[in-house]
Amino acid sequence: MKILVTAKRVPDPEQKVKLKGAVLDVSAVNWQLNQFDEYAVETALRLTENASSTGAGARAPEDQVIVCGIGPKDVQQQLRQTLAMGADKAILVDGADDALDADVVARTLQKIVEKEKPDLVLMGKLAADSESNDAGQRLAGLLGWPQATFACTVEITDGGKALSVGREVDAGMETKKVRLPAVVTVDLRIVAPHAVKNGKTASDHAYAEGPRYASLKGIMAAKKKTIEETTLAALGVTPTLKVKTIALEAPPARKAGIKVQSVEELVQKLHNEAKVL
Amino acid sequence: MGNVLIVVEQAEGQLRTASLSAVTFGKKMAETTGGKLSLLVIGSGVDKVAAEAANLGAADVTFVDDGALKNYLAETYAPIVVKAAQEKGVSVVGVTATAFGKDLMPRVAALLDAGMAADVVAIVAANKFRRPMLAGNVIAEIEVVTPIVCATIRQTEFAPAQAAGAASPVAKMDAGPIDAKGAEFVSLAAAKSDRPELTEAKVVISGGRGMRESKNFDELAKLADLVGGAMGASRAACDAGMVPNDLQVGQTGKVVAPKLYVAVAISGAIQHLAGMKGSKVIVAVNKDPEAPIFQVADYGLVTTWEKALPELMTEIGKLKAAQR
Ligand SMILES: Cc1cc2nc3c(=O)[nH]c(=O)nc-3n(C[C@H](O)[C@H](O)[C@H](O)COP(=O)(O)OP(=O)(O)OC[C@H]3O[C@@H](n4cnc5c(N)ncnc54)[C@H](O)[C@@H]3O)c2cc1C
Ligand SMILES: Nc1ncnc2c1ncn2[C@@H]1O[C@H](COP(=O)(O)O)[C@@H](O)[C@H]1O
Repeated sequence: MKILVTAKRVPDPEQKVKLKGAVLDVSAVNWQLNQFDEYAVETALRLTENASSTGAGARAPEDQVIVCGIGPKDVQQQLRQTLAMGADKAILVDGADDALDADVVARTLQKIVEKEKPDLVLMGKLAADSESNDAGQRLAGLLGWPQATFACTVEITDGGKALSVGREVDAGMETKKVRLPAVVTVDLRIVAPHAVKNGKTASDHAYAEGPRYASLKGIMAAKKKTIEETTLAALGVTPTLKVKTIALEAPPARKAGIKVQSVEELVQKLHNEAKVL
Repeated sequence: MGNVLIVVEQAEGQLRTASLSAVTFGKKMAETTGGKLSLLVIGSGVDKVAAEAANLGAADVTFVDDGALKNYLAETYAPIVVKAAQEKGVSVVGVTATAFGKDLMPRVAALLDAGMAADVVAIVAANKFRRPMLAGNVIAEIEVVTPIVCATIRQTEFAPAQAAGAASPVAKMDAGPIDAKGAEFVSLAAAKSDRPELTEAKVVISGGRGMRESKNFDELAKLADLVGGAMGASRAACDAGMVPNDLQVGQTGKVVAPKLYVAVAISGAIQHLAGMKGSKVIVAVNKDPEAPIFQVADYGLVTTWEKALPELMTEIGKLKAAQR
């Protein structure tokens, strides 16, 4: 199976957000790989490898993981990270962070899909900066492919022709089957020990919780892997935005709270002061 | 032109209350654009839902009823939304940002070649909106520059639409060709609960990793029941299997804004705060005085839940008795 995974860089969510006027002050931002995209890479690796308790597992030549990032040159760093985790190849499409919206991203990915012809596109369910939750479904729509969003489990079925996907929805977990090729966006719990089943790795194999760290060997190997570079123009994508960000501002601050000394005081305050009990 | 279409969500022939927020958004948008508000119901055996939607004060209600649409699939529903949008000549298509709305609307936007405003918290103009970004640490004003604007609406920021006096006309629309594109609904494992829905409750009692195990959540449940509240949880509590995943509050769980949110043994990670910071009053119970949750709490109590919960039951019990 050939899998295309998308990778976006986002500001470290743990870092305090600083604004410069009405835009993000990026001078001190620590960029990192969007966590959901890291999970998508891990999912792609689990879907393609034959893992055992003794090692990360080998991959057959037809099983490939290609990662694509759209952004400035510096995104190489995040792409290298995915190569060090075990992806085979990366593609960097040159574009400024603020010259992109979900539509430009989806149209660009559509071109990459036409070129690479993957069986599956794996994406994050959202980007931790824009939080638009848009690009994956949009890409599926443009391609006319089935989609499975918010995936918390995934299993290869029908002799490799389809996926059975567990989706976290409001009421609980939905199981949806999608014929390949398809677009799948991953949720948090896709990196749980038994979330991914590929028919090669023993079905009771327990992965370590979370995405894998790059091993030293992985980091060395990544240096020899290719990052192909291209541009929106070369792909024939016009970078016209459908959604423009006009201004950013800090949300209204919450009024400073108080510490109460006892449950009795708490309940009195909730009743008399806050009037919520 | 300038008309507005709102997709009304239903599950098993029941209108989902969450949709009422999008209807309110739709009314405001119709006022802003000077157009008409239409509602759209899709499914199988949904004539009752359509009749219910007709009480919400829209100009009209369209419903599409077909056995092949029994279970929601983005692949089959999106083209129907597009068809209705084109027939109604709309400039805005909206839906509440539930799992359904978030899955559906970007696909609709792709088919309409439209820009999408995700998780709208306020309307600025016919094509300008405010929405949170970066886990709610920033509010962005955005402009959608396409002739049609697609939007998902944050439920907590728009009051549910109320029943209006007169019923709107209801018309059935043909689904057109239905093609699932190789997608198939298999099953839904729904967690059943008698408590109010998390996103609609006036009080939410949430527990975190510090609750340690599933049976300790029974204590929280008692408190929730005493105040008629819903149960919530942090990701850590869900991941540890203490409670079902659909109770998760946060950036990647549900967004809640009750009158009272009580966070018990939750540290207050930004991803959790993103889902509950909009609550009117926040109470935190945590044994660690340095826990970040105290920075957003109106009332903080530094103690263990083992000590606080029984006392809370007693004190609130006394209050309830006095109110009777
Ligand atoms: C991409 C991503 C998305 C995420 N999305 C979400 C999300 O949607 N929702 C979410 O909640 N998290 C989310 N998280 C996880 C988040 O970062 C935190 O890890 C999580 O919220 C921590 O949960 P917690 O507060 O229950 O656990 P902890 O951080 O471990 O805190 C436990 C707290 O309990 C207190 N405590 C312990 N024992 C007691 C006791 N006996 N009495 C009282 N207090 C006690 C401790 O002092 C501590 O403050 C996400 C993380 C990532 C990476
Ligand atoms: N610039 C980008 N480069 C690569 N992937 C992206 C980019 N922007 C968004 N994506 C992908 O789309 C997903 C959803 O993003 P969003 O719609 O912005 O919330 C992310 O998790 C990424 O996988």
